[in-house]
Amino acid sequence: MPSKQEIYDKVVATLVDSLNVDPEEIRPDATLQGDLGAESIDFLDIVFRLERGFGIKIPRGELFPESIFQGDPEYVQDGKVTAKGIELLRQKLPFADIDTFAQDPQVNKISDLFTVEMICRYLEQKLQAEEATAQSAS
Amino acid sequence: MRWIWIDRFTAFEPGQRAKAVKNLSAAEDYFRDHLPGCPIFPASLLLEGLAQTGGILVGHAGQFQQNVVLAKINTVQIHREVYPGEQLEYEVELLDYRAEGATVRGVARTGGQTIAEAEIMFAHVRPDQTGLRDNFVFTGDLRKLLGLHRLLPSSESAISSPT
Repeated sequence: MPSKQEIYDKVVATLVDSLNVDPEEIRPDATLQGDLGAESIDFLDIVFRLERGFGIKIPRGELFPESIFQGDPEYVQDGKVTAKGIELLRQKLPFADIDTFAQDPQVNKISDLFTVEMICRYLEQKLQAEEATAQSAS
Repeated sequence: MRWIWIDRFTAFEPGQRAKAVKNLSAAEDYFRDHLPGCPIFPASLLLEGLAQTGGILVGHAGQFQQNVVLAKINTVQIHREVYPGEQLEYEVELLDYRAEGATVRGVARTGGQTIAEAEIMFAHVRPDQTGLRDNFVFTGDLRKLLGLHRLLPSSESAISSPT
């Protein structure tokens, strides 16, 4: 299994290719949309490239879930994510920094949860799980 | 004029690759303006032809049930200009395919010489995302015109999806 640094380096290379940004612009806490200018279609491109680069399958919604709250007032009220919504975010985005977001849970800042670090954490866990499966099968 | 920038498919391996040709005639309207006195096939139309070849490969992989729209040109390199009288050969291979969309890698050649290379991404668009009719991309006319029914005589039930 690749080290954390190897995963990070590969994620940086993936984002450089996909988003046409300079490697210097990419930091662990850089947000994909706000800092790196990703558009909605870029998320699919990133998933394709990660799948190819790491030799894994990323099921739909596992890394970048879509329409998490679907306008449900239980989860969002007055532009803020409710406590129940925060719990849902923890389930749907287990790799994101929900604790920091919860301090000022404005729904229009949800996109800031998608960071370079979040992708790396997802990949670390995914690759670990794949390795464990391969070992138990052999 | 129809917005079709390939003349005919010459090979079609469902879910894998496709080849198509486009013959460039000096009689085509756009050569009058691009460029006056110096007809050059517009690179944007070359890309469109490549994207149409790839888009139909992608559409076929989903049994033409989904609208396939060009979403992103990931990379493109154009090596030289193309002129009336030349025949463009487009070859695309399917790199990725999933419910949300697909990516293809394509090469355009004339007489075996590589003219352009591109990686193109497509998105599957549901009717409720557009407000348009169910399938506005793959109409029966388009498939007939491109001769897909001749390439695939064994009926649509035999079409395989990518694995």
